[in-house]
Amino acid sequence: MLRIHCPYCQELRDEPEFHYSGEAHLARPDDPASCSDAQWGTYLYFRRNPRGRHHEMWYHAAGCRRFFNVVRDTVTYDIEQTYAMGAQPVKDEALLQ
Amino acid sequence: MKQVNRIAEGRLIDRDVPITFTFNGRTLQGFRGDTLASALLANGVKIVGRSFKYGRPRGIIAAGVEEPNAILQVGATPSTQVPNVRATEQALYEGLVCRTTNGWPSLEWDAMAMVGKLAGKMMPPGFYYKTMMYSQPVWHAAERVIRKMAGLGFAPTEPDPEIYDKINRHCDLLIIGAGPAGLAAALTAQPSGARIIIVDENPTPGGWLRFSDDQVDDAPARVWVQATLHALRAAANVEVLLRSTATGLHDGNFVTVVERCRDHLAPTVTQGLARQRMHRIRAREVVLASGAHERPLVYANNDVPGCMLAGAVSVYLKGYGVRPGNALVVATNNDAGYQAAIDWLAAGTGSATVVDARAAPTSSLVTRAESAGVVVIQGAVVVDVVGGASVKAAVVCDFDAQADARLGPVRKLAADVIASSGGYSPVVHLSAHLGHRPVWREDVCGFVPNPDHERLLFAGAVTGEFALGESLEQGAIAAHQALSRLGFDAPKSLAISGSESIGFALQALFQVPHPLPTAKAPPQFVDYQLDVSAAAIEIATREGFESVEHVKRYTALGFGTDQGKLSNVNGVAIAAKALGQSIKETGTTMFRPNYTPVSFGVMAGRDVGEFFEPKRYTAMQPWHEAEGAAFEDVGQWKRPWYFPRGDETLQAAVRRECLAVRQRVGILDASTLGKIDIQGPDAREFLNRIYTNAWLKLAPGKCRYGLMCSEDGMVMDDGVTACLAPNHFLMTTTTGGAARVLQWLELWHQTEWPELKVFFNSVTDHWATITLSGPESRSLLAPLTDIDLSPTDFAFMDWRAGLVCGLPARVFRISFTGELTYEINVNANDGLALWQALMAAGAEVDLTPYGTETMHVLRAEKGFVIVGQDTDGSVTPEDLGMGWAVAKRKKFSFVGQRGMMRADCLRSQRKQFVGLSPLNPSCVLPEGSQIVFARPQSLPADMVGHVTSSYDSPVLGRSFALALVKGGLDRHGEIVEVSVGPDRWEKAELRSPIFYDPEGARQHV
Repeated sequence: MLRIHCPYCQELRDEPEFHYSGEAHLARPDDPASCSDAQWGTYLYFRRNPRGRHHEMWYHAAGCRRFFNVVRDTVTYDIEQTYAMGAQPVKDEALLQ
Repeated sequence: MKQVNRIAEGRLIDRDVPITFTFNGRTLQGFRGDTLASALLANGVKIVGRSFKYGRPRGIIAAGVEEPNAILQVGATPSTQVPNVRATEQALYEGLVCRTTNGWPSLEWDAMAMVGKLAGKMMPPGFYYKTMMYSQPVWHAAERVIRKMAGLGFAPTEPDPEIYDKINRHCDLLIIGAGPAGLAAALTAQPSGARIIIVDENPTPGGWLRFSDDQVDDAPARVWVQATLHALRAAANVEVLLRSTATGLHDGNFVTVVERCRDHLAPTVTQGLARQRMHRIRAREVVLASGAHERPLVYANNDVPGCMLAGAVSVYLKGYGVRPGNALVVATNNDAGYQAAIDWLAAGTGSATVVDARAAPTSSLVTRAESAGVVVIQGAVVVDVVGGASVKAAVVCDFDAQADARLGPVRKLAADVIASSGGYSPVVHLSAHLGHRPVWREDVCGFVPNPDHERLLFAGAVTGEFALGESLEQGAIAAHQALSRLGFDAPKSLAISGSESIGFALQALFQVPHPLPTAKAPPQFVDYQLDVSAAAIEIATREGFESVEHVKRYTALGFGTDQGKLSNVNGVAIAAKALGQSIKETGTTMFRPNYTPVSFGVMAGRDVGEFFEPKRYTAMQPWHEAEGAAFEDVGQWKRPWYFPRGDETLQAAVRRECLAVRQRVGILDASTLGKIDIQGPDAREFLNRIYTNAWLKLAPGKCRYGLMCSEDGMVMDDGVTACLAPNHFLMTTTTGGAARVLQWLELWHQTEWPELKVFFNSVTDHWATITLSGPESRSLLAPLTDIDLSPTDFAFMDWRAGLVCGLPARVFRISFTGELTYEINVNANDGLALWQALMAAGAEVDLTPYGTETMHVLRAEKGFVIVGQDTDGSVTPEDLGMGWAVAKRKKFSFVGQRGMMRADCLRSQRKQFVGLSPLNPSCVLPEGSQIVFARPQSLPADMVGHVTSSYDSPVLGRSFALALVKGGLDRHGEIVEVSVGPDRWEKAELRSPIFYDPEGARQHV
């Protein structure tokens, strides 16, 4: 079971307080109407499924009710860092790939 | 029955306290300190069960957690039954009742034994798969009989009267295992002041020191163990948990430890105290000092009762004063086997012979054994056993270790116990729980924890280090490393010395070659609990199973409740040999939590019964209960389902309630509807983006129905939102969707539109909502309120604030029944008072309380959908015929707009929302019934939709239904066939889903 540092509460808390909320850094297209069906389908359904570092959103459901970002290793489950919504992770090569 | 096998020794038992217990109905006696297994052996009980597949008699093999055979059903009453208890771990208590879990019709005469004897060859590995492949019916018939005969214990038939605890713990250092290495680690770490927890599954610490003659600092090791326990218990920063098994190692050094607080006491003593406690430990560092299990050699008929582990024989002799026979033959491939023979003769008369596979072992133990009178036969192995229900003799022949299989002529040695030692298997289980595969070490002849494990530290026998002095040192080093990582000071070593290592000098040997080929030889069991023999493993490899994980699944090797603690290494070795590869190449199967079986009780802890899940009640609950309402679960809410008068049935009550609303006036507790308070200068813009319809022009005092879609264009919730003030709205959601919708709003606000100034808060519990519905609702409410109810001042879809029965209220003129309706919201604390006042005022007009069932019928008559009942996540607003609720020209692309423009959402022949009139007006179609356009000539039929809601309508005087049907919006008037059972069909006409008052005249009065 994970322990997750909530960047808003500034506390390390147990996993049951949180909900996983899918991949992070997925921006909604600015003009959905101009998207093709394929582009829209990609935005809606296609997700990265990396072996290793993964950027994902979590929701502090039983806490501050804020969404935030987590960089987690999908093999070891180690949490590398957590950071506020809208911020960028520290030293992040994986996103550049 | 006398304790025929009891001898003078016994370090763990108290002879002054005899204990009476019952085994298979027989009353037996043991002593305090006995385990169930030692007491059974003391009484000369040889057979403790019948084997799983072949029904062969089985006896006690081991003395600890690794025992595969002595798996008993314990418990005196139907409610206190505990299945699959290892007799080797169960402490004896006064009045203990136990029996064997298999053996049908009786232990002595077992039906399966005949099956096993006659059909053993016909039940090869994969028997069940193969049988199932042949024919399903054959399997179903066989399954019933097989289940009865196989017997795996049974669950209690009554609720468990015991209580269980869960507790969250934190510590700097968790030490798993209180043998020499674990104790040394704790002793080293204690002065640092770090918070330490040390756990051990046994009732006393010390591990194998409890039964050995080893010395620590030139005194018996037991003395050191006692002194260490005393010192640790006295220290404020150390907690010693005994009878506590670390069952799982999870992410983030989260370790589950099950403490068996009262399993060793008679149930009458346990009342009011927890039987077991789950310690959920968060450890910053973990030292695994879990030791090793001795493994048996695999020879023919090695399951005949009387075949044991060599170490177990010593434990029973020295720990419990039990000698389970007179003539002992030890089969060994290492020095350790000699100790059992020495202990055997030290305990009295009798004979002991060691059959050593090695040609010329050189160990002080060998000479000690010989001088004690042990007969030593070197360069020989036990290949077979004479005896059925118990051991009569060992069949021995010469063995050339170098050539492995060169065998001489056989000879028989009389014996009633055959003890074998095939070496030690480190207890690596917890090291593998996070996915680190143990690695084979040839010098240890066992799997050791993966050295790449970055989280755990290891000490003692689990590393393959079996010598006492080195184990103590490893414990100290592991503690030092752990504490250094945490920034504590700790010495690198302990100033203690263990007695000189005797060494093990093991000759690798797993399956002992038999004069006959494995397939023709008597069975050589590898996994006792699931009856997997060496021949079965060979067959599996021959049938193409090359991965050891596949061999495991095909043969069931290691699948029992013992998880193959004794069988793993032998099974892997035999598979490796059959595949012509090394054990290292073959690898081991994976170990997963839990290390030993964990009771459901301790997993649940106190979260049972009333505490299983919160129950939510509205403010009017006391009135509903007093009036005898029948309740329905809606999520966590308890909602009145209907209000029976006298002995009314559901149907009669709903009929009366429906007509009351349609003809006069009814009252509904609608408090459970989700309510979200939305405030901020951008609240209106936010609603415009999240709802499909337009919100920019909704004025204060007005309400609007809104549809919420997910980004794929499918309906996910609906409800009415009221404009309370220019920057203030109250959103209602479905009862079940309240939490989900709030999270949905937060998601969009926080991740996509943080620039919008808007805040959300759940106010569901703050308000009590009472709905007055029916043509007489206005005349009933008017005298009770200061709000002007005239239709011109307070029109449909308006809301007003004012006093109702003297209580501050918001009144909404919205309707879920199609009738003139007022939804009155008051402070939840006022809810009951308002309800009672309304009931009193409404007595003259027979104001009728109605429940959720009536609400459903009334809304369905109007064709109002319930999201989640009439929709299923694949339904767009257009599919519902609610295109009117989708704004086509919003500036901002609202959530779901692009999704509902996808080609698939725009195609024809989507499933669409329709009404159904059964041609037989008294037939209420079962909800979920499948619909076809024409009765099919052959199967499978082309199913074109299904019934989503279906009721009998009192006001229509007939049955009706709602459905999703392919192209339904364009098919009104067509007749379809509805499948209502095998070969049973009902015809129904497709039509508009609005059955009652299609013009909406009744709610606009």
